[in-house]
Amino acid sequence: MCLQVEQVRLLDRFSSKSTNGTLYLTATHLIFLQKETFILHHHIASVEKLSLTTTGCPLVIQCRNFRMVQFVVQRERDCHDIYSSLLRLLRPGGYEDLYAFSYNPKQNDQQREEGWQLIDLGAEFERMGVPCDQWQLTDVNRDYKVCETYPRDLYVPITASKPIIVGSSKFRSKGRFPVLTYFYQEKKAAVCRCSQPLSGFSARCLEDESLLQAISKANHNSRFVYVMDTRPKLNALANRAAGKGYENEDNYSNIRFQFVGIENIHVMRASLQKLLEVIGSRPLSMSDYLVGLESSGWLRHIKAVVDAAIFLTKAVTVEGVSVLVHCSDGWDRTAQVCSLGSLLMDPYYRTIKGFMVLIEKDWISFGHKFADRCDQLDGDPKEVSPIFTQFLECVWQLTEQFPQAFEFSEWFLLQIHEHVHSCQYGNFLGNNQRQREELQLRERTHSLWAFLMSEKQNYLNPFYSPAYSEAHPVLEPSTLPYHFKFWRNMYHQFDRSMHPRQSILKTILTLRENSRKAESTLQALETVKVQRHEEDDEQEEVGEEAMESTDTERTVEGSSGTDSRKQSYGELEGTYNSDVAKEEPAVVSLEFGVARMTC
Amino acid sequence: MEFSEHIKTANVEDVVLRQPLHPPSRGTLCITGHHLLFSDREEGSSRQVLLLLRNIDAIEKRTSGSSGTITIKCKDLQVLQLDIPGMEQCLNIAHSIETLSCLDSVSEMYPFFYRPADLSLQDQWGLSSPESYYSQMKELHGRWRLSSVNRDYSVCPSYPPAVIVPNSIDDDTLRKVAKFRQGGRFPVLCYYHRKNGMVIMRSSQPLTGANRKRCKEDELLLQAVIDGSDKGYIIDTRSSQQAQQARMTGGGFESKSCYSHWKRLHRQMERGKALQESLIKLVEACGDESNNMDRWLSKLENSKWLSYVQTALSTAGLLAECVERDGHSVLVHGSEGTDSSLLISTLAQLIMDPCCRTLDGFLALLEREWLQAGHPFQQRCAHSAYSHTRLQQESPVFLLLLDCVWQLWRQFPLALGFSEALLLRLATEVYASDYGTFLCNSDQERCAVGVKDKTHCLFQALLRPREKDYYSNPLYEPTELAIWPSVHPQSLQLWRGFFLRWTQQIRHLEEAQEEIRNMVIEWGKLALS
Repeated sequence: MCLQVEQVRLLDRFSSKSTNGTLYLTATHLIFLQKETFILHHHIASVEKLSLTTTGCPLVIQCRNFRMVQFVVQRERDCHDIYSSLLRLLRPGGYEDLYAFSYNPKQNDQQREEGWQLIDLGAEFERMGVPCDQWQLTDVNRDYKVCETYPRDLYVPITASKPIIVGSSKFRSKGRFPVLTYFYQEKKAAVCRCSQPLSGFSARCLEDESLLQAISKANHNSRFVYVMDTRPKLNALANRAAGKGYENEDNYSNIRFQFVGIENIHVMRASLQKLLEVIGSRPLSMSDYLVGLESSGWLRHIKAVVDAAIFLTKAVTVEGVSVLVHCSDGWDRTAQVCSLGSLLMDPYYRTIKGFMVLIEKDWISFGHKFADRCDQLDGDPKEVSPIFTQFLECVWQLTEQFPQAFEFSEWFLLQIHEHVHSCQYGNFLGNNQRQREELQLRERTHSLWAFLMSEKQNYLNPFYSPAYSEAHPVLEPSTLPYHFKFWRNMYHQFDRSMHPRQSILKTILTLRENSRKAESTLQALETVKVQRHEEDDEQEEVGEEAMESTDTERTVEGSSGTDSRKQSYGELEGTYNSDVAKEEPAVVSLEFGVARMTC
Repeated sequence: MEFSEHIKTANVEDVVLRQPLHPPSRGTLCITGHHLLFSDREEGSSRQVLLLLRNIDAIEKRTSGSSGTITIKCKDLQVLQLDIPGMEQCLNIAHSIETLSCLDSVSEMYPFFYRPADLSLQDQWGLSSPESYYSQMKELHGRWRLSSVNRDYSVCPSYPPAVIVPNSIDDDTLRKVAKFRQGGRFPVLCYYHRKNGMVIMRSSQPLTGANRKRCKEDELLLQAVIDGSDKGYIIDTRSSQQAQQARMTGGGFESKSCYSHWKRLHRQMERGKALQESLIKLVEACGDESNNMDRWLSKLENSKWLSYVQTALSTAGLLAECVERDGHSVLVHGSEGTDSSLLISTLAQLIMDPCCRTLDGFLALLEREWLQAGHPFQQRCAHSAYSHTRLQQESPVFLLLLDCVWQLWRQFPLALGFSEALLLRLATEVYASDYGTFLCNSDQERCAVGVKDKTHCLFQALLRPREKDYYSNPLYEPTELAIWPSVHPQSLQLWRGFFLRWTQQIRHLEEAQEEIRNMVIEWGKLALS
């Protein structure tokens, strides 16, 4: 199906500017031509039809990648058509309707299969040094019988027998018993994860106690393990009334219990909502902005997650103590803290490939509910929450503090975020591995990681220094509040007027690329020189040819994944003369507040 | 006066120095007339810390038992601590610092004693002047002239001897206009926009007073500025209410009826005490590590510093829009015309004029628009954010300028020829310096004490090859285009490089900057070979 409406105006939400064009609806995209705006239906979070004005009928579209567009459609009937079509398109009947199942990047089956093989978690655990004399692979969950939201392959202490594991899993929410997620080889300290115990006010479980004991015993460096409950204490207490709760230190020998106070998915959802309301609607005064930023609490939550990750990192790397991390179900806050902690401890996760592995391990395989949290199927709005976005932001905050420690740049994070919501690749579909297998995603969809790897050049951080990582394997960020910034490139990704008109990153990448070419030209010339000595003729032509090859300059785009994104970063081209001279003095309408360059 | 009067204890052994980013070290402390010198005597290291006493904004002393601790808070926001054995010694040192750090007499200040080997007092002083600006701008010569009506500083004590004014206005008229403007600051040209021949003028407020006094000569002068064109804009850096109120104290504004071709625009810009207090609040917030996120954001908001940055940039943008896009000449003034007017005319020139964006061009701009235009540096920068003394004329207008320039640089990292390091250096030098450049309040005062003969010029020093390399922007790509900054609050940022200068995190960023420089140089070599 394709709908086409002419004479539609696209308004810029931060200035009085607008563009006229034609709006198309295809099966997968909403397209506005004139400005080359492509919006994937899966990206649309909400569509709102405002009441008719003299100029037409306004249609406001909010996207999950924080794009917000407002169209004004001349005729109300057209507007209604678009509106109702969009509403229909936005409600996929099931997974099968998602873009990933129809997306075809012209690859054959073998290439597709290779793409899926790029990340191998078995190899990842081997890299960490597991299995080893204390930790082993268990097949207890081979058929998803013990815990259906966990992956098949799980690593547990050697001394943890099957009955202990099964017993413990019955005492944990959703059966998510303690398993290994990261092993810090240097100190033999483990990071384990699970869900909350079903302890209520007094229940205990001997198997669970022995499993924790086994985790503790597996680390000879320390006589105890930390149990980190990432929830605020009050929430954990409240859970006891529902027969859940937290570990009682008296029942478990050798544990040290600690709350770290990260808020739940509902608080996070509301916080982001508030933030978007503050920044989204209109040009702001500095005071409104700062007050809004404060009252949204967003940066406070980001700091809380980083603080928790630092606690985890210190316990493992400095004290050499193993840590068991949980929250309620162990798939939101637990995923955030474990993955961010690992990233601080292990330079590998700060590389492009390593970061993919990290997401694959702590988020995808351990069952972060991407389908619910990202609202892939128009499900329960109360299940939606920006937990993964928050994780990406925490990583971004770290890249800002340690510009040389990460192989990837901001664009990599943004691109991942884009595709977590695009449903264009199979990786993030569904809520857990079991579901993904049922959907046969490996056979029917493509892997994002392969695509990102093929575009690796675009995501490199030119300041990355492997030597820096060698000297600082463990990052020690500061969480003093003034080190946290508002992530404009995420939340205002598509508001180009707010971005710097020139990008250091892009310039450096281009320069580097050029110099690389110059270098290879140089080498080519060297070869030519050698040849010259041998055969004295025709040197001139060869030399020239080699020089010419440098002319084809690769243009570096911050991200080139989706067409819709391309235009949003501050390239200089196309901004000159884009503003038509006004008859009224600029002074009155003062559209100042827009970064641009003019002749 | 002898400095030695104030130095009862010149040397103390076994002092422990605690400094940000360094482990504590033990060594000898030495006080001289202008410096505090610490040398590390520990084995294997030979660290020396030389601190200009003028850089010290405030000290706190604590004694316990037989020893004492002095906390030194510098104008460049560094905080140091000295643990000194012996109570008397500690008190002596503290007393010396207190007295010597705020000597009043200009000619006793360090620039008059600073004699580096590679600079000579015979070297040229300064980079630019109205004379040189006029002679370079051939386009000016038809309608504008260089007037030396102020050659003996009698018409306007805060102006330089030469100024650029409309050709048709003679010196007698200028004298009369000067009487009608506060402090004698009659309208003079400070920028000529080559693309359309429009100009920026600046002045102080007209002294219309409560009875709406007029001055025919003033009206004539402004008329001559717009000449054939249909109108000009006056940007008044006060709110219209403030401008009204100013009439009660003898000041005022250009009324529509008397200046019919001029359209007045009011933009309220904070100045004076409010700005100083803003800086104090912000620095306090940055120094308090016990803040949680909410308190930090609330203090940041409460300090209003970023709001002032936003206002300054958007007012400068307005000014540039009037000239560049609307094609009209503009007169800028507030009340005295020595602070916000200079701030926005400088920023507008950076936005519009590529010549001001090179390292040399920027320094020359500062020389014309701040030093010669009579920004009272000595009064404004006597103390910074830590001082406990009662505030008088202090106000960090120049710092606000540097912050705004930094914001421009962040948004157009390729368009400016200088680096953040230059802005940081200037932010330090303006409060305490080896050089004479920022001494005194006006050209007249500088002449009187012989600054140009007896001290060295900072700007010349910054342009020595090695320094110039360091302060240049390795990514600089000149552009003829105007650079319009975004002034959305989301596009502006706390200037961490300055306000959090002494934290480890900023070091990481500096290392990355250094990395850029090295890479670009490396690639440059490759490209050449």
